[in-house]
Order: sequence, then C-alpha cells, then structure tokens
Amino acid sequence: MIELLMGNEAVAVGALAAGVRVVSGYPGTPSSEVLETIARRNPGWVHVEWSVNEKAGAEVAAGAAYAGARSLVTMKQMGLNVASDPIMCVNYIGVKGGMVIYVADDPGPISSQTEQDTRSFGRYAHIPVFDCDSPEQAFRAVQDAFDFSEKHQTPVILRSTTRVCHSCADVDVPEIKKPEDCEGFVKDSRWVIFPKLAYEAKLKVAGREPLLSDEFSDYLAGAGSAGGNSIEGSGPVGIACGGISYSYVREAIAGHEENFTVLKIATPYPFPAALARRFLMSVDKVLVFEELDPYIEDALIYEYGNISLDIDNFISGKRTGTVPAGGELNANLVSDIIYEVTGKGAAIRASQFQDMPELPVRPPVLCAGCPHRGAFYAVKAAVREEQKAGESGFTQAIYCGDIGCYTLGNAAPLNMVDTCLCMGAGITVAQGLGHADSETLNFAFTGDSTFFASGITGTVNAVYNQSDMILCVLDNSTTAMTGHQPHPGMGITMMGKRVEPIDIAKVLEGIGVASIRTVDPLDLEGSVGAIRQAIKETGVRAIIFKSPCIAITDKGTPCEIGSACVGCMRCVNEIGCPALIPYETDKGAKKVRIDSSLCTGCGLCGQICPAGVISNE
Amino acid sequence: MNDMNVRSCLLCGVGGQGTVLASRIIAAAAMIKGFRARTAETIGMAQRGGSVVSHVRIGTDIPSPMIPEGRADILIGFEPGEAAANLKYLKDGGTLILCQEEVKPITASLGQSGYDGRTSSEYLKSRIDRCFTVDADRICRECGNPKVLNVAVVGALCASGAMGLTLEDVDKALEQRLKPKLVEVNQKALRMGAECIK
Repeated sequence: MIELLMGNEAVAVGALAAGVRVVSGYPGTPSSEVLETIARRNPGWVHVEWSVNEKAGAEVAAGAAYAGARSLVTMKQMGLNVASDPIMCVNYIGVKGGMVIYVADDPGPISSQTEQDTRSFGRYAHIPVFDCDSPEQAFRAVQDAFDFSEKHQTPVILRSTTRVCHSCADVDVPEIKKPEDCEGFVKDSRWVIFPKLAYEAKLKVAGREPLLSDEFSDYLAGAGSAGGNSIEGSGPVGIACGGISYSYVREAIAGHEENFTVLKIATPYPFPAALARRFLMSVDKVLVFEELDPYIEDALIYEYGNISLDIDNFISGKRTGTVPAGGELNANLVSDIIYEVTGKGAAIRASQFQDMPELPVRPPVLCAGCPHRGAFYAVKAAVREEQKAGESGFTQAIYCGDIGCYTLGNAAPLNMVDTCLCMGAGITVAQGLGHADSETLNFAFTGDSTFFASGITGTVNAVYNQSDMILCVLDNSTTAMTGHQPHPGMGITMMGKRVEPIDIAKVLEGIGVASIRTVDPLDLEGSVGAIRQAIKETGVRAIIFKSPCIAITDKGTPCEIGSACVGCMRCVNEIGCPALIPYETDKGAKKVRIDSSLCTGCGLCGQICPAGVISNE
Repeated sequence: MNDMNVRSCLLCGVGGQGTVLASRIIAAAAMIKGFRARTAETIGMAQRGGSVVSHVRIGTDIPSPMIPEGRADILIGFEPGEAAANLKYLKDGGTLILCQEEVKPITASLGQSGYDGRTSSEYLKSRIDRCFTVDADRICRECGNPKVLNVAVVGALCASGAMGLTLEDVDKALEQRLKPKLVEVNQKALRMGAECIK
C-alpha cells in the first residue's frame, strides 16, 4: 500500500520489514519519530522503549543483538556523544543479530548545539555507515543495513539529516511478517572485552576495510530513488554528493544533465574507493556538495592522490572554499556554484523585491501558560527580593540551564539562562562556577526527562563533592521539546504499560540533597517564599517546580484584562507571555489585551498586575 | 507543469497555525490523483511560536523536497509578515494566498522590533498581481471551529488552479486523513476558502 511517509517513518517501517525485535532510543530532534512510529505500528512482537538516555539505549540494543535478535537504537547526533562509550566498544566486540544505530544529524544546525558529522564518527569508530537521501531510499537503506550488519557481524550506523528525517514522500509499504525467533545468547569469550581481544578486534575491523569498500562499490542504486551508491550521466563535469545534497544537485542541473556525471555516495564508510576511482577517471573536474564535514571531498582527494592524476584545481569543495564550510545547502546555492565554477548549467535565482517592510522577528518562545515561565520568574523575583533585603551574602546569581523547552528561558524579558552546554550540564557547570568563585549564588535548571537522562549523576557529584547550589527541577510531567515522549517519572512506558513512576523527590532524598521543596510554579508567592528559604540555606538544595506542560492538559478559562488597565506594561515587560498584546485605544491610551486563543488561564500575569485588573473569574 | 513536471507550494506561518496538516492534505490529494508527492516541514524548537514553513511538491519526478527560492508556483501566507519574509520563494507571476491577521511577536510587544502586519499586507497586495486574501476570522466563525483555517487556504489553492488540484480531490484527502465527524465542517471551510478567489 502506498503511504505518504516522513523519512523517519520510512526508516521505522523499513526496520519492521527487516524483522527488528528490540528498539530503544532517547528522543531528540530530528530523530524521535522513528521510535514513535515503531511503537504506533508495533505488530506485537517488538520491544520498544524510550531508554533513560542514549548510552542506556545503545547497551540495550547491543544486548539484544548479542542474543541474535535484530535491534535498532535511535538518537540525534548529540545523543551519539552520550552513547559513544558503548558504541566505541561494540564495534570491536561485534554482534550476532543485526544492530543498526540510527543517528539523525542536523545541518544548520536547526535544533542542536553542533554541526557534527556522524559519517566522520563512523570512520573514527570503524563502523560501516549507510546514508539516507530520501524517505524511499531510507526505507531500503535500513533493510540493507540490517542484512549487512548480520552478514559481517558488525553494528552499522544509518545516518540521516533533518531534511530527510522530516520530509515526506510516497512509499510502498509492504505487509510486515513476523521474524523467526532468534537463537538466544550463547556464552563465549568473544562477548567480554579485554586488551588482548581488543587488539585482535582492532586488526580485524581495520583489516576488513578494503573488503567492505569493494562490497560497497558494487552496492548500486537504481536511477533516481532506492538503494545504494550511483554514478549517473556521462558529462565532463563531475559532481560528487550524498544525502539531501543529491536532491539539490538533481534540481540544480535539471535540463542540463548532459554536461554532468553525478556520483552519489550512500555508503560513506568504508568509502567505495573503486567506484570513486571510476568516477574520477571519467571526468575533467570535480565539484563536491555535501553538508557538515568535507567527508566525501577528503575521501576523493585521498583516492585521487592514489591514482596520481594532475591534482591542480581538479577537486573543488569545502577544502577550496568553493562550498560553505558550515550550514545547510540548497538548490539555489548549488546551481550558482556549479555555474560559477564550470560555466555549465544555469543558476536558479530567488525572486527579488525592493522596499520590503520591516519583517517580524520571531524567535521561539515559551508557550503562553508554560509553567517554566512561572518558575523562572519566581527565581528571578526571589533573588531580587533577597538582594533588596540586603542580607544576602552573594555577589551575583548565575543561572545554568541545559537542553529542553526551558532553554527558551534565555529569551527577553526573562533572561534566565546564562549557560547552556549539553544535556544535564547545568547541574555540573553550576558546581564548577561555585568552586571557582564561592561568592556567587548558583542555580541549575533541569527538566524532568533530562534529570533522568543525565541529571542524577551530576546531583550525586554535587552532594559528594560538597557543592553549594540550588537545583531547580522543572517537572512538567513529559519530554516536551521533542514531542511529549514518556519518561521514567510518568508511570507509562512506550509499550503502553502502566508502571510505578520514579519519584524525583525520593531520588533526591536518596542521594542526600540537603533540602527538597516541591512548589507550584504558577503560585508566585508560594514559589518565591520557597526559593528565598533555599537561598538562605547552604549545601545542595533542590526545588521541584511541578506543573504539567500546557500541551498535555486541558486549557483553562482565559484571563481578561479589565478596562481599568493602567497601561504600565509590567505584565508584558516582566514575563513576556505571547498572549499579552499591547495596543493603543482610539484616544491613544496604552493598554494590554489578552489573546484568548492563546491564554490558558494560568494567572501568572494577574499575580504581578499592580492594578489588579487581570483575572479569569 | 514546468519543465520538471513539478508544481510547488510553500506554506508559511507561525508555529501552531497548522501548516503541517495543510501540507499533508495537499500531498494526500495529489497522491489520490496519481501524482507523486514530497513535503518538508519545520519540526522542533521553532514550533514554539517561531517562524515555520512547509514545502509541498507534486508531480511525476520530484528531485528534492525543498523548493528553491524563485520556484514556488504558489505561496500560502498564514500571517502577513511571514508571507513577506518568504516572498523570495515565489516565482515570477506566481500566486499568493494571504491571511491578513497579524500574530504579534514578543519582540514587537517588548518594543525590540517595529513589525506591523498591516504594512506587510498592503505591501504584498501592491506588489503581487495574483494576490488573494482569505478572511480567516469570518470562515472560522461561520464554521464554528477555529481550526479550519488550514483547510480553507487549501480551498483557495484549489480555486487558484496553481497546483492542478480540485476541491473534489481534496474532499477525498479529507475523508482519508480526518476523523469522520470533522470532515463535513472542513469541506465547508474548503469551499469558503475557494470562494475567496475571484
């Protein structure tokens, strides 16, 4: 049956078609929909879990593959860093059942901290990499990756990027058949890594590289859509590309194909050298288009050196400054560069307009009614009151954040995120700041899902190493930023099973946190009081701000602003809720109104209105 | 269709306005008609009230899900400032479907930027010959459902002829993708949207 599938959905359906039995992962844009789709379409024999983090997920998948089951672990590129510890070893150990590590990279980046390239990681880790360039190709690639993994008893990385993950195409979805039961775990010394075994494994994974490279040179796609590597056309100008860039190249040269020979690399590691050499020998010049690292470019330069042709000005790409070193590519840019460098093809131009009016500046913001806004504002207000009271012994308050919706607390007017590094880092960065300057008051903000993913070890570190800090857990009872996935604190699994929720306050108590308070972030007075108490204490103190994400609760009655609004703008300038709209009356008086389609009736603005005219009662 | 047998529609707006569903409905209608379809949408952090775009391309051989600048046959602006910001995508002589209701960004409320939706609307209407406005407020009110805007603009898209899709093609897609009780009200909105093209 033909269905419109997102790239991530196509990977999921392909994995089911390949007989996957165990699927683990941790949410992260742009990877999350793979696991969600498998859970939604679970034919009943697949174990699906959101693991507590990517390291845990990779280890679960490795265990399943040791037993002979086909396993899949999903993550974004940042998550691969978390999972590196097991992945850098399971490459040596190998697997029995096929194990596919799905990693979604994020050129731009659009919703990540870095532009790291998982193809380069694959080369570094000696793990074969399959790349995705469209949903229908990804659907094939994941199945081929499982077969390859099992044939060579190695984990395989399936790499995708945002524009493939989140683009849709029509894909022919087959009926999913139940795979045969796996053999089960067979005890053997091969599963226990020791230096001697690691040495032998290193020789093996490095030694197999030329063989796998040859196999990939013969792994060829049909024209246009499915499968592996390809050389299309026979024109004098060579273009090498991979992933989504292949689609930009096709668009850029449309109508001028006779000038070009296009090499598409769908298996970046081990690089299909024989295929690349055939391509290099057949063209006068090469242009390389790829996002993130100059991976294909470097591999071609290496092969070119090996066949000793005239190197001068032969290969152009990122290394020659012809293609931008960072950010996404697009068909306009690709067509422009091709025309400029080769004189062939035609540039696709953007439409030009003069005298454009001022455009909206629209950074993402915390939603109207988001409880995080209350938590951030309460901390800000409490610190201000302590400073005003003059009894506080700190020089400045520093707010360390990390990854989640609450990173958006950095925006004006809250300005409540001073550092953001990676998952869980707020808790540990705050400790370092305090050790460097004990006069500062250090807050760490972390979400509930992030606390479980990577906040617990940092909290143990704080208690053990005698830090002085206030941990704010923003508990909105979901993994909000990535699309509301369940986590260990919620009492439900991805298999739909009700389980005992893990209580964050009890975890903190078990670790030995000095004081633990749970407050409602939408109760400003109560929250400020609790924070002021915590500021006066020493050691590791925790405040759990507990209120559900507005996207998973029913909307309350919207607030209204009475005609007695004095137009002081305090509500707008203090909390910056998107439902608060300033306007001018016919007589030119400044007022604020509430957009009832956005307002959830949280009442935070009513608690700071000096005129007392905001309410939903 | 152009030389690549592809027609392209760019939808733009503010996170939460429903551009994703609209693009999926257009793609589904095209597939029912026997075309191939590709879409690309903004998902993730920007959905929190940020600027969002959805690309939809239909045809027989679609090279890329992403529409190059200057190659959109039709631009659907759910918000006037967002429409202006994405005008560079619209091809010469292309169609613009415009919802004129401004969504005020926080940066404007805080006085950090001077964006005004009316200025953007006037600019677009004066510069684009084939600019059609959709009265979103009235359609949502008369349908008694604030969420039908994204289907109303698809009606306007059909009536404009820019994508070669008819209201009947979209009817089938609505039946396929929506809950049964929502089909009728959305078919009404679809036709009210189509009536905006004169």
